[in-house]
Amino acid sequence: MKSICKQRLMALSGDEAVAHAVKQSDVDVVAAYPITPQTIIVEKFGEYVANGEVQTEFVCTESEHSALAACLAASVMGARTFTASASAGLALMHEMLFVTSGSRAPVVMAIANRALSAPLNIHGDQSDSMAERDSGWIQVYVENSQEAYDSIIQAFRIAEDVGVLLPIIVGLDGFTLSHSLENVKVLEDDAVKKFVGIRQLPNVLTHEGKSVPFRLDPDNPMTMGPIAFPNYYFEFKRQQDEAMKNALGLIQEVNSEFAELCGRGYGNGLVEAYHLVDAEVAVVCVGSTAGTLKTVVDSLRNEGVKAGLLRLRTFRPLPVEEIRSALASVKAVAVMDKSLSFGGNGGAVFHEVRHALYDVDDRPYVVNYVYGLGGRDVNPRELRGVFEDLQGILRTRRVANLVRYLGLRE
Amino acid sequence: MTNQEWKFTTKDIAEKPDLFTSGHRACAGCGPATVLRLIMKATRGPTIVTEATGCMEVVSSIYPYTSWAVPWLHTAFETAAANASGIEAALKVMKRKGRLKQEHVDVLAFAGDGGTYDIGLQALSGAVERGHDFLFVLYDNEAYMNTGIQRSGGTPLGAATSTTPAGSVLPGKLEHKKPIAEIMLAHEMPYVATASPYYWKDMLTKVRKGLEVDGPAFLHVFAPCPRGWRSDPAKSIEYSKLAVESCVFPLWESVNGICQLSVPSKLVALAPQKKKSVSEYMQGQGRFRHLFTPQNKNLLEEIQRMTDEKWQRLLKKCQTEKT
Repeated sequence: MKSICKQRLMALSGDEAVAHAVKQSDVDVVAAYPITPQTIIVEKFGEYVANGEVQTEFVCTESEHSALAACLAASVMGARTFTASASAGLALMHEMLFVTSGSRAPVVMAIANRALSAPLNIHGDQSDSMAERDSGWIQVYVENSQEAYDSIIQAFRIAEDVGVLLPIIVGLDGFTLSHSLENVKVLEDDAVKKFVGIRQLPNVLTHEGKSVPFRLDPDNPMTMGPIAFPNYYFEFKRQQDEAMKNALGLIQEVNSEFAELCGRGYGNGLVEAYHLVDAEVAVVCVGSTAGTLKTVVDSLRNEGVKAGLLRLRTFRPLPVEEIRSALASVKAVAVMDKSLSFGGNGGAVFHEVRHALYDVDDRPYVVNYVYGLGGRDVNPRELRGVFEDLQGILRTRRVANLVRYLGLRE
Repeated sequence: MTNQEWKFTTKDIAEKPDLFTSGHRACAGCGPATVLRLIMKATRGPTIVTEATGCMEVVSSIYPYTSWAVPWLHTAFETAAANASGIEAALKVMKRKGRLKQEHVDVLAFAGDGGTYDIGLQALSGAVERGHDFLFVLYDNEAYMNTGIQRSGGTPLGAATSTTPAGSVLPGKLEHKKPIAEIMLAHEMPYVATASPYYWKDMLTKVRKGLEVDGPAFLHVFAPCPRGWRSDPAKSIEYSKLAVESCVFPLWESVNGICQLSVPSKLVALAPQKKKSVSEYMQGQGRFRHLFTPQNKNLLEEIQRMTDEKWQRLLKKCQTEKT
């Protein structure tokens, strides 16, 4: 077996793990605005700046909208950029999310996933980033602080790749991960610096046919963020979708390269299958709930139940093929949503997983569980109940409720 | 950057290649287009421009064409100052890490009155408070012209716009124009000035000063819009003269908080008898036509009185700060 690089153990919360990864990734510009539960990231980064541990230009903007606008501008200058946000902050960025992806600015953003107002709630759910699923950002959701650390490092490689050049969100569940201390294995500074490398820029042709790097440069003036009428706009958008498709392959490559470096991989980078090979009933989830679900699957397996778990690590681009093949043997699937599409007959993850399974020959039953909104805890007993419901569906060959709510007073 | 002596002569200006080039789709007699073309003549070296959504952004960047011979970035309506912050931050860190080819690059942000007085004010205030080194130029045509002449915080009292039309009950906009340059002055920023394209040499000098100063600079430029003002396209530059002569738009500058009248307004101060009335400035502008009816006589008088009061306040301020 190939030897893995030297690492050391640190007690870090999810937010601290993110900050540590950013510190090691040779980031040029960080522009951000504080919001719970992301604040620790920028506070920690402020500490690095104050102690001269980073060369980064740290811009404490007056709003999230300006934070992303500043990151975008720095990014098209050729700089490596990072920001972090959550909930209302991400919602305030909404306009700029589309501008950033449309400008092909590979900004990396950590989102400590949190509920949206009203009523005001600072606790964890995924309503914030799920609402931005069509904003053209790659979205990766992590299971624990270790993965938060690893994924931020990987994110720079994915976003900045010249075949992708798209911004990326790394989502970690607010409080559950952002504020919980965990043992995190961190790489040495040089190893991270080498892994992320120096940002490469794609070359583009000027109107004179000269090949120049795609950035704002007084030596090669370029007009960025133009107005495009109906005769050109559509092609810009199609190119963004192609870049998303390229990301599907790249996320897998970066995941295996990282695994070779330090011994940690997350499924194939897109999805992580747990006991799915012969599973008959399975749950699909996004984020930290996968940790609890794994223990539930373990105990069900001990009892002889053919239970499995599919963690959707990458939500954008949606790994349609991987979802299909991972769930090939499953006869009943429960999709967990930590957000709600009001009036949409279930949550976003449900819609998309169900869509992915529509074209398979032997379609399984696919039901939806909305849970954990506003930080409501979900326990192993409730999750075990989900598997029991699936078994019931297989027994009766009947779905009583397509969309159900877990842990809700009704 | 060290300060340098400069002279903007007609010949120099004519000979210097345009950085905001012809071929854009601005209307005939467009004040802002003239302002931008002239201002780009006052740049002193490598310059990056960022611009808010608005008339000048739209007319100059229709894909796959561009009027910009400098690197140029547009992202959104309210983001000119935030973009400038990001560009300046990137320049700083690139220089620190030895990745900047140029010794120095100037950052110039353009926005209209909407992108400055209203939707862009927060980002502008934040960027100035953080002290980024950039020049923010407001080209003020006194309404949302790009979207069809809606009122803004920069629209003057009594002006008819498409959202404040002059009706049988209401005489156009009921509120005063926000004192934007004074608001920026209150940020205690190193350089704030007003300019008008008729006095182009004064304007270009102020642009150069704004670029040379370390830290944020703000330039408020008067920019007539014949479409929005319902005025003769041939008279845009004339209105930018009358606005100064009537003290509707006095010219001044503040260096490190010390306010001074600029020469064109100083001449008005020295010869008050030559000061034009607001009516002389407003006549011929369709947006003020209704003010000349007997029904709105009081309002016109009120505008004259307010203009005089503001002028007196400015005179006092410039005198006090000189002594």
